[in-house]
Amino acid sequence: MSHHRYDDAHIRGILNSVKNVAVVGASAAEHRPSHFVVKYLAARGYNVFPINPGHGGKDIAGIKSYARLADVPVPLDMVDVFRSPEQMPAVLDEVLALPHRPKVFWMQLGLRHDASAARAEAAGMIVVMNRCPKIEYGRLSREINWAGVNTRTLSAKKPKRLAGGVQRLALGGKDK
Amino acid sequence: MDKKSKGERKDAAAEREPGFATLSVHAGAQPDPTTGARATPIYQTTSFVFDDVEHAASLFGLQTFGNIYSRIGNPTCNVLEERVAALEGGTAGLAVASGHAAQVIVFHVLMRPGEEFIAANRLYGGSINQFNHAFKSFDWQVKWADSDDVSSFERALGPKTKAIFIESIANPGGIVTDIEAVARVAQKANLPLIVDNTLATPYLCKPFDHGADIVVHSATKFLGGHGNSIGGVIVDGGKFPFAGDQRYPMVSAGRPEYHGIVMAETFGDFGFAMACRMLSLRDLGPALSPFNAFLILTGIETLPLRMQKHCDNALAVAKFLKGHEQVAWVSYAGLPSDRYQKLARKYCPKGAGAVLTFGLKGGFDAGVELISNVKLFSHLANIGDTRSLILHPASTTHRQLTDEQKKSAGAAPEVVRLSVGIEDVEDLIADLDQSLSA
Repeated sequence: MSHHRYDDAHIRGILNSVKNVAVVGASAAEHRPSHFVVKYLAARGYNVFPINPGHGGKDIAGIKSYARLADVPVPLDMVDVFRSPEQMPAVLDEVLALPHRPKVFWMQLGLRHDASAARAEAAGMIVVMNRCPKIEYGRLSREINWAGVNTRTLSAKKPKRLAGGVQRLALGGKDK
Repeated sequence: MDKKSKGERKDAAAEREPGFATLSVHAGAQPDPTTGARATPIYQTTSFVFDDVEHAASLFGLQTFGNIYSRIGNPTCNVLEERVAALEGGTAGLAVASGHAAQVIVFHVLMRPGEEFIAANRLYGGSINQFNHAFKSFDWQVKWADSDDVSSFERALGPKTKAIFIESIANPGGIVTDIEAVARVAQKANLPLIVDNTLATPYLCKPFDHGADIVVHSATKFLGGHGNSIGGVIVDGGKFPFAGDQRYPMVSAGRPEYHGIVMAETFGDFGFAMACRMLSLRDLGPALSPFNAFLILTGIETLPLRMQKHCDNALAVAKFLKGHEQVAWVSYAGLPSDRYQKLARKYCPKGAGAVLTFGLKGGFDAGVELISNVKLFSHLANIGDTRSLILHPASTTHRQLTDEQKKSAGAAPEVVRLSVGIEDVEDLIADLDQSLSA
C-alpha cells in the first residue's frame, strides 16, 4: 500500500483492534516522546510493554520494561518503533522471530524505511510509517483539540468518555 | 474486499473533504460529552480539576492532551483554534487576546534579540507601529520592503533575517500582495513566510496554498464579523522544516521550560503551534477570553455568507464612487481598471474584500465633510463589522506614521477608508450620495 497517507478508518481500525503494544526504544527520560507514548497509551487502556535493553527491566512510566521483544511474556498485537531508520531491519528481524506474529508494525513520526515496510507486509503485517499512535489516538478521539490541533474530523455525535477520568475520550467507531 | 465494521464505514463516508461552509459551521466543535449541549459552551472558568495526581503531572509535562488553566488553553478557545486551522488548511491554531498579541507571540517564538525580519511596507498602521516601536524594545529589527517590488524583499535579506511578514489583502485596502512571489524569496532563503490574512479571511484567500508557513489573524475583524470582540488567531501551516534548524531554538532545541522537550520532534507538524502556546502564550500571557472565543465562533458560522455579501456590496459601492464627479480616485482591487485586479483574480477570485479607499477632489476638508454627513456609515476605527464603517486613516489609524509612511501605506491626507457592511447596498449608496451632494 501507499504510505503517503492513511485513511482515518484504517488508523482507527488498527487502534481499535490492538491491545498489547510493545514500544521499542522506550526512554525512561520523562521528556522523551517515547516516554510520552508509553504513558499516554497505557492511560487509554492499552497493555504497554516498554522495550529498552539498557534499562535492566526497571519500570518506565511506572510500567515494567523488557530488554528484548522476545522477553515479553504475552503475544503482542502491535510493535511501535522508536529507532533510527538504519536499525529498522534488525528490529524487524526480532519481530519476525517472535512465536506469535504481531498484527501491526508501526514506525514512529519522522521514520520511514520502505524496505522494512515491504518485508513486514510480505510477512502479513499491517505497516504504518511516519505517524505517532499517541497523536493519532488524540486526533481520532479529538482529545488533541485541547491543544488546538486540526483533527481533520467532523462529528455531530457526543464523544464518549473513558472510565476513570474526565479528560479522557474513547476512540469511537467501535461496534457495540 | 474486507468486510468493514459500521464504524469504519462511517469513517469512509466522512473522508470526503468537507466544503468551506461545512467547516465554518462544524470544524472543531462537537456536542458536549456531559450535557449534550450542541452550541459550543462558554467554559467560563480559570482552571480545570485533574483526575488524579498522576493526570496532573502528565498534563504539566505535556504527556497528555487536556486542560489545566485558561491562560494556556480553554475548551471554548480550542474550538475556535481548530475551526480557523481547518478553514485555513493548517495543522493547528492558537487563539490569543488580539491580532497584535498573535504577532507578538509569533515573533517571540521565531526571534532572538538582535535579529531581523522583513515586512511589507503596506500594512495595517497598527502593525507598522508595533514593528517600528514596540518590537525595538525587544531588539527585533524590522526591515521594510516594497509590497509591489519582490526584488526589494531579496535586497532586504541578511544573515540575521528570521522571517518575512506580509498581508494578503493589505489594510487600508485596495492592495493585493503577490504571495507566491514573496514565498519564493522566503523559500530560497529558507525563512518562514508569515501572512496576515485578516482582510481576506480564508473564504477569499488561503495563504498556505500559495506558500505561506504561518497565518495570523485579527479575529476582531471579518472572522468574528460583528464588531463585538477583540481576538487573534495564529495558524501553523505545518510545512516549514523547523526540526533540527538551530536558528529557531524555541521550536527545534530542547527547552528548559519543559525539562528538555523538543517541540518539533515531539509534536511534528504542529510543533510551531505548540511552541507558541507552551513557551510564549504561557509565559507572556495574552490569553483570549472564552466569551470572546464564543462570539467569534458564532460569527465564523456565517463567514462565507457574510464575506460574499461584503464583497458584492463593496464592489457596487466602489463602482458608484468611481463614477461620482467629486471622487478623484478609488482604490479597490475588485474594479476592472484597478492595478491590483490581476492579483485579486489570482489570490481572491470570489471577491476583493470589503475594505476600500478613495480620494475626494476636495481633499482633506471634503473628507471631513463626508464623514460628518453620513447617516448609516459609522465613523470609527475598525473594519470587518456587519455595519458599514468610515474612517480618515491619516488622522486616526495611521496618524503616528510619518508623511512618507502614510503615503506608502495608502493613507495620504485626502484618503477616506470604507469597510462596507452587509446592509442593503442601495441604502449604502444613497447614504454616500446624499453625503457627497450635501
